[in-house]
Amino acid sequence: MPKVNTLNFNTDWQYAEAPESSDHVQLESRYGHFINGKFVAPANGRYFKTINPANEAKLADIASGSAADVDKAVRAAKKGYKTWSRTPAKERAKYVYRIARMLQERSREFAVIESMDGGKPIRESKNIDIPLAAAHFFYYAGWADKLDYAFPNRRASSIGVAGQIIPWNFPLLMAAWKIAPAIATGNTVVLKPAETTPLTALMLAKVIQESGLPDGVVNIITGAGKTGSAIVNHPGIQKIAFTGSTEVGKIIQKAIAGTNKRYTLELGGKAANIIFEDAAIDQAVEGIINGIFFNQGHVCCAGSRLFIQESVADLVIRKLKDRMETLIVGDPLDKNTDIGAINSKDQLDKIKYYLKIGVNEGAEMYQPSCRIPQKGYWCRPTLFLNCAQSHRIVQEEIFGPVLAVQTFRTVDEGIEKANNTPYGLSGGVWTDKGSKIFKVSSKLRAGVIWANTYNKFDPSSPFGGYKESGMGREGGLHGLMPYLELN
Amino acid sequence: MKTKTKIASRKSQIPRVLVNLPEASDERLDLDKRIKVLKTYKIYIDGKFPRSESGRYYKLKDSKGNHITNMSRASRKDFRNAVVAARNAVSSWSDRTGFNRGQIIYRIAEMLETRKAQFIWELVSQGISRENSVNEVNTAIDRLVYYAGWADKYQQIFSSVNPVNASYFNFSVPEPTGVVGIIAPEEFSFIGLISNIIPAILGGNTCVVLASESMPLTAISFAEVLQSSDVPAGVVNILTGFEKELVSHFSGHMDVNAIIYTRNDPAQIKAIQISATSNLKRIHIRKDQNWMSPESQNPYIILDNQEIKTIWHPIGF
Repeated sequence: MPKVNTLNFNTDWQYAEAPESSDHVQLESRYGHFINGKFVAPANGRYFKTINPANEAKLADIASGSAADVDKAVRAAKKGYKTWSRTPAKERAKYVYRIARMLQERSREFAVIESMDGGKPIRESKNIDIPLAAAHFFYYAGWADKLDYAFPNRRASSIGVAGQIIPWNFPLLMAAWKIAPAIATGNTVVLKPAETTPLTALMLAKVIQESGLPDGVVNIITGAGKTGSAIVNHPGIQKIAFTGSTEVGKIIQKAIAGTNKRYTLELGGKAANIIFEDAAIDQAVEGIINGIFFNQGHVCCAGSRLFIQESVADLVIRKLKDRMETLIVGDPLDKNTDIGAINSKDQLDKIKYYLKIGVNEGAEMYQPSCRIPQKGYWCRPTLFLNCAQSHRIVQEEIFGPVLAVQTFRTVDEGIEKANNTPYGLSGGVWTDKGSKIFKVSSKLRAGVIWANTYNKFDPSSPFGGYKESGMGREGGLHGLMPYLELN
Repeated sequence: MKTKTKIASRKSQIPRVLVNLPEASDERLDLDKRIKVLKTYKIYIDGKFPRSESGRYYKLKDSKGNHITNMSRASRKDFRNAVVAARNAVSSWSDRTGFNRGQIIYRIAEMLETRKAQFIWELVSQGISRENSVNEVNTAIDRLVYYAGWADKYQQIFSSVNPVNASYFNFSVPEPTGVVGIIAPEEFSFIGLISNIIPAILGGNTCVVLASESMPLTAISFAEVLQSSDVPAGVVNILTGFEKELVSHFSGHMDVNAIIYTRNDPAQIKAIQISATSNLKRIHIRKDQNWMSPESQNPYIILDNQEIKTIWHPIGF
């Protein structure tokens, strides 16, 4: 093993706190559904609370959506569709552009609330989630009046009402991924944010209201699984777009069997990040860290399986452990924070359950010595070494800051192990050899491959899975297709 | 052209029924009264022609109820063997260049052109009018040529270089979905079969196909054409048998990536849509299509069995 400089962590040096202020944030104590351009109380009068997972304090009461609320929203969307689908495309575009600009204008407020409601580090919500969400609206706004150029020899027309159900890991960004292409192409929307992170979607509803977007084009209903299933099963909906677990994706697919509803599913993943011996190791280590610990590992495309070529395994693991020792876990609103709060108690329990399984199955668990706050939901960044292909922590999606490490000798072995999963959302390749990048990238059965980088997203870049990671693409030209009828 | 004239001049000699129909032998063709050699129609798995492992068969009858021949009645085990063959063939077939796959599909057209008469006879013997049979086979050959040309072009139509807002080179390309199960149309038994197989395999997929139950003859003869056209073993596997028995295995098998269903049975469609969720198969329902129409051939059918892969790489020194 080559000689490496060791890092000395045994010092008194501490980062000074650098909290983002939240005094400009205006939260209401209670939010209704956003239906037909207005905020309305839920039909059954029920609310649930959304909390800050970093301190378990209540942020607001949120309307609990019933079938009656969903029906009302679908009717509004249906009515809205009549005029929206006939609105000249260039006029539709202007509304969508407006939403993009208004999001940019309020990006700071959105970022703070996103971090408060979901637990993600402010650095990420500020630099990634919110700007990307705005960019998505901006990108698809421009497509509205150019659809005739997108699909050769086909006439594109809108579909109708889209029912959209999104997860809690990128609340505003996922809302943007769903709403922007749908309304730019002339459809109307009933969207349900996740029950643990509804706030930024509701703030988006306010932005939409202020933008003057015609009533009924975007409707937002809050609630849990039952509300989602009322959307999926509503006969007035022509298309379902779902982002979430593979398990729920399959339930949705079954529920709409025998109907003419179209669907796109963006589901779970267990991405392989493959490090070859000829990689730039320091860069690769940064990429591994970003790949699995970005957003506490609550990322469907997280690089949760690491494959290291045997000859550099000891070196990479050592550098990885060193790098993990420097990670700061704590207050999501602190700009120094690398890993924020786990999104909910349920999710924390699930992660802990998998940590136990990993240990029981015989993998070697490693966690750095970082302090974690007393209150709230926290998980130290975790490595599992000496994993086998059959381990549940290797096969199943954990959705937390937990990395399963394996090694390989030949390129073929690395590819075969990487593909040995029902999932196929994403993958990472680290090598300085160009031809190897292309070979490995084309052999990995996954929809997004990051070569010498990881977890990069862009509105113009199609995203979506192979195999049980889902079907359909979001982003780019390909992301228009799910919302269009091509004749 | 020469072949065409030849067939036309022998129009009066075309038998109404298949030549291997013993009780209806055509005296005009068999002037010597010799005993004919009958063809056994078997299934096509991994480049070979086995009988069904189950040893079962079903009687194929023409529209008048005459017994034409016996067909293999494929079992679940036959289907599973076919999936193994198809899976094994995916990697090397999808590694072929588009140019090479185009050449092979063009070769299929050449082979079919030279064996046109046999296919017309088979369609006629299954009750299709002579005129429609000739049309169907001609259209099939032309469609093969049409798709051969797409093999190295659809990628350019459906790819993109994505102008991301950072210093990365980012592009998206279509890649084959993998193993595709095809329940071929019951009507349009030949052109419908070809119109579903070819777009799938030209995109680098492999397939397991269930032929028309009432008109299966051309499907098996087409397998002979495939075998002599440099289509590697396992790329196309063709079974004959009963949809009711086999379709749930097509939709439920965990190593099949997509299913194409071309018949119009709402209950069956719903059953497929439920069962295919087991491994999130891509489901393509292509019912009520006129497979003879020019609209039924287009590159979007190729795209149905493609996955879009996006690759990122930093730009820098």
